[in-house]
Amino acid sequence: MLSSGPFARACLWGYGLLVLAFLILPILVIVPLSFSSGAFLHFPLPGLSLRWYARLIEHEPWRLTLKNSVIVGAVATALATVLGTLAALGLARARFPAKGLIMALVLAPMIVPAVILATGAYFFYRPLGLANSLLGLALAHAVLGAPFVVVTVSATLGALDPSLVRAAQSLGAPPWLAFRKVTLPIIAPGVISGALFAFVTSFDEVVVALFLTGPAQRTLPRQMFDGIREEINPEILAAATILIVLAVALLITAELLRRRSVRLRGLSP
Amino acid sequence: MAAASVELRRALARVERRRALGGFLLALPLVAFLVVFFLLPILGMLARAVDNHELASVMPKSAEALRNWQGIGPPPEEIVSLFVAELKEAYRRREVAIVAQRLNREQAGWRNLILSTARRLPDDAKGSWLATLIELDPAWAEPAIWAGLRRAAQPWTDIFLLAALDLARDEFDSIVRAPAEQAIYLDVLARTFWISALVTLLCLILGYPLAYLLASLPERWANPLLIVVLLPFWTSLLVRTAAWIVLLQREGVINDFLIRIGLVSEPLPLVFNRAGVLIAMTHVLLPFMVLPLYSVMRAIPLSLTRAALSLGASPLVAFCRVYLPLSMPGVAAGCLLVFILAVGYYITPALVGGAADQMISYFVAFFTLQTANWGMGAALATVLLAVTLILYWIYSRLVGIERLRLG
Repeated sequence: MLSSGPFARACLWGYGLLVLAFLILPILVIVPLSFSSGAFLHFPLPGLSLRWYARLIEHEPWRLTLKNSVIVGAVATALATVLGTLAALGLARARFPAKGLIMALVLAPMIVPAVILATGAYFFYRPLGLANSLLGLALAHAVLGAPFVVVTVSATLGALDPSLVRAAQSLGAPPWLAFRKVTLPIIAPGVISGALFAFVTSFDEVVVALFLTGPAQRTLPRQMFDGIREEINPEILAAATILIVLAVALLITAELLRRRSVRLRGLSP
Repeated sequence: MAAASVELRRALARVERRRALGGFLLALPLVAFLVVFFLLPILGMLARAVDNHELASVMPKSAEALRNWQGIGPPPEEIVSLFVAELKEAYRRREVAIVAQRLNREQAGWRNLILSTARRLPDDAKGSWLATLIELDPAWAEPAIWAGLRRAAQPWTDIFLLAALDLARDEFDSIVRAPAEQAIYLDVLARTFWISALVTLLCLILGYPLAYLLASLPERWANPLLIVVLLPFWTSLLVRTAAWIVLLQREGVINDFLIRIGLVSEPLPLVFNRAGVLIAMTHVLLPFMVLPLYSVMRAIPLSLTRAALSLGASPLVAFCRVYLPLSMPGVAAGCLLVFILAVGYYITPALVGGAADQMISYFVAFFTLQTANWGMGAALATVLLAVTLILYWIYSRLVGIERLRLG
């Protein structure tokens, strides 16, 4: 477009590809190292093996922390998705007083540093019996995840043609039926990608976990944090590789959902 | 006719009201949830920053007497004897450490003063109790300790918030600069801003051309490349931080490579210092710059720059006068977002930074978790919160919170 000359264009491409490489290569470099048969993080690899993955399965702490992370993530995601979807529906419906204030409150957990929520929760959850409990951590993670659900659901709702719902209602569908048969299928991609985001947020969260968990509630990120702090070994990189695979899977799912939602709304695919 | 239209308007208003109420009721569960598990904890934390209950809980009568006493220098004998009596009682109940700890926050060294005095107090006064105290330790003759006790007796305290800004109170209760060895927090705050600003700048330098390239491509090409931008975004923060340590450490991949090709003979110090923090944080936050830039640039019509070119502007002039101003909303959104997120960062600097690269969040966690100096932790968190809220407000003015998207 603007950089009219082919030279300028080539420079732009070169720079852009370098930046993309900066974004992606550091992540990819971990993967081969996790399959190393040696204990040192060097290239070339002395040989390939799955020994670090085997260690991951054998070592008790990894199993416990994975279980804790999945439980916390599931509870937090369920809460954030239900509350976030309802709120997005409400906020899209009509103008009402204090809507701007409510919106600011709902989105604030994305912006307020995690350490502030963590410090607050550290003092506040204790008298409620929620410190050193998976439920307490899940509640805090639901706070962090809910804004993502509100944002993704609002985006799909914004593109929802209100005449579709009105058509259903004028044909005699009660509100609940119109919601289930018309609104929900159209916003479903937004709900699901919001849920995925909420899960990833919880599954990767370490600051609040540092404040709210004892040894029995240790989560996977907390285990990794301590491991990285001590010394990075291939065992940690094996865990990291599994997390990368998970991220790729979730990203692809979210992308497919986004395309599906565009198609459902009748926009060009 | 007119009556019917009034009727209709009323009916319409009724429906509107019902819709508004319905909308509010749907949003209510989340709002209530956030109030209980987000807002109240933060308000509780703010209260911690000014909490001052220790002295009053251990020595209630002396605290009340000290609160009502207005003077400089040692107080009248009846307050001193009340204080001594309750100090003995606290020592007997093994609660004197709470008072000592609290006074030490006023001035380092007062812990020992309180503890050693409490331990050595005789059963009866030699002359006055004040004289007895001064005989045990001449510090009791100074106005400072009594002013400190009076401050500790108040229902609220500002010493933690003042300390977070490198300020303190002297024996006349006026605000002065904190002693040099305790005045470290303004430095921490300045460092936090400086690192955040540098990271924002690096993200802009790397992100602007990339977003420009992506926005100029047909969607068929741009979408797969956008996935490359999004992948780090979905990948665990810890994974990305670990990756940078593996790459940058002394025997890491990059130093290995540089030595093998003979560019350097000694490994470069790339991590556990400022360079490591800047590299890793830029990597982590770059997608937050690229995505808002991209969405703004996509919407800039090509015809405008073409018009400038056809009217004889050089590509550089067309870019500076037409494209750059049109892309400024994206620049503002991206920079503000990256800066806001960077200011609160804890994990990345904690893992790839050295002692001199820790930002304000680190100190919040340090005081709260390691030293149990909750007042100080909460005060620093309050400063961080104030900074964040100001930036959030600027963002809402400049960009609009409805455009706040991290995904």
